[in-house]
Amino acid sequence: MPLNDYEIVIGLEVHAELKTDSKIFCGCTTEFGGEPNSHVCPVCLGLPGVLPVLNEKAMDYTITAGLALNCEISPYSKFDRKQYFYPDLPKAYQISQYNDFLLCKSGWIEVASGNGELKKVRINRVHLEEDAGKTVHSGTGILDSDYGQQDYNRCGVPLIEIVGEPDLRSAQEAKEYLEKLRTLLLYTGISDCKMEEGSLRCDANISLRPKGAKEFGILAEIKNLNSFKAVQSALEYEAERQAELYDKGEKMFKQTRAWDENKGVTVLMRSKEGASDYRYFPEPDLVPMVIDDERLQRLRNTIPELPDSRKRRYMEIWGLPEYDANLISGSRELADYFEAAVKEYGEAKAVSNWVMVELMRLLNQEKIEITAVKITPAALAKMLKLIDAGTISGKIAKTVFEEMFMTGKDPEAIVQEKGLVQISDSGELAAIAKKVIDANPQSAADYLGGKAQALGFLVGQMMKETKGRANPAMVNELLRKELEQRK
Amino acid sequence: MSLSIKEVEHIARLARLELDGSEKEQFTMQLNEILDYVEKLNQLDTSAIEPTAHVIPVHNIFRKDELKPSMDPEEVLANAPDRIGNYFKVPKLLED
Repeated sequence: MPLNDYEIVIGLEVHAELKTDSKIFCGCTTEFGGEPNSHVCPVCLGLPGVLPVLNEKAMDYTITAGLALNCEISPYSKFDRKQYFYPDLPKAYQISQYNDFLLCKSGWIEVASGNGELKKVRINRVHLEEDAGKTVHSGTGILDSDYGQQDYNRCGVPLIEIVGEPDLRSAQEAKEYLEKLRTLLLYTGISDCKMEEGSLRCDANISLRPKGAKEFGILAEIKNLNSFKAVQSALEYEAERQAELYDKGEKMFKQTRAWDENKGVTVLMRSKEGASDYRYFPEPDLVPMVIDDERLQRLRNTIPELPDSRKRRYMEIWGLPEYDANLISGSRELADYFEAAVKEYGEAKAVSNWVMVELMRLLNQEKIEITAVKITPAALAKMLKLIDAGTISGKIAKTVFEEMFMTGKDPEAIVQEKGLVQISDSGELAAIAKKVIDANPQSAADYLGGKAQALGFLVGQMMKETKGRANPAMVNELLRKELEQRK
Repeated sequence: MSLSIKEVEHIARLARLELDGSEKEQFTMQLNEILDYVEKLNQLDTSAIEPTAHVIPVHNIFRKDELKPSMDPEEVLANAPDRIGNYFKVPKLLED
């Protein structure tokens, strides 16, 4: 039967590296890259006789993430050993958390679903663990490599795992969920969430069932999803693959598959080991964590107003269109910038127009992040006030804005320096109007002969004459008056 | 409680241990003896006792988020069975 007759069931497991300076259980740096095996010590290499000690900030960041994702925070939590053999795990166990005393559980976030409505996607848990090392393959990819090369610099970087419930129903929804999660984590500042550097990673569980069925199908876990696009493409591919197998009547089995970006396919990695095979047991080298109200309150206070709330406020109180509100609230830095400018200027619409059009255009064109922009919110507000006061026209303001963007100079200084002050003196403008009409007798005759559009040409000439500085509202009026006198 | 040879084979596989036939029998017997011994604990009534994850009554031992020097890569790789540059060389990862 066609794919449309199946219900696609997806749950994502997202890993985010925490933005601490040092690793979770030792003082090695968490810095990305570096010479292979240069950021390691006996603790993160798992040499015998060492004692891991928890980085308090890693725990606090995990709780902060849990709070931002509407989780319940456990008053008591502990670490456990998860045992498995893989070359990126030098101890042959990962210090993680079994699901009995997790730091955070039972959360949810709201995600845009296909029909424009918001959908609540449940989060099973957020727990803290150590990252594993990194494998560099000898071939072009995991499939054709004869051996692996291990770099343990990443081993022991604090990592949170965010396990979503299987509430997602399409590849598109899965991508939306991941993007929303990333936005929220970026807002809290606990992770830099760079998929290209692996500080945000995603595995997807996907299964199919006939529409209306209650039982879940047999799932495949897809690994190696290194971009938002990969998440969507791999899930679209995998849904098709599973539908074909069901149609052929083939027996399904639980498995782990890898996304091969180059070939655009998922390939079998291994048949999946059950949870009990990890033989979790409490980590004897680390003592439990007790989280009191004082800590919870302190961490709650570090969370800024989150994007959904800002978006609502921008639309309801400031009257921004949904598209603008969405885009501006989608980045904490941009939203903070916008709000600071609104506070200086006093009105939101004009600020959002300049942010959405001119600022965005220049940021994209110059490939600059909002955090590095040279125009301060106060300078933007000042420029808007210059327009309001009639000192510069809206058109000239674009030139001023561009100059501000490139140099960071004060708008008033730019206007003075470049002589961009708007000409609103009617005597001066009338003289220019006369000159323009004298120089273009044909257009003047056309206008007087009934061709109203000839005025447009004369307006253009006046703007050219004044290098755009003529007050546009006055130009039309003065030209018309001057022409009438020549009838 | 009784452990079967099959379960011993499973545990051996998880631990990447290769056991021959007589070893499997020997370990099954020995593991069962250990389990029987531990089984004695079940004679106690623990219904009113909270499960214990840790035996020492301390919690919240933390370190500050501060950097300390790492090891020299040569020292790190000194015990590596095989290396390529400053990487550890390991067998290929995918099951065939």
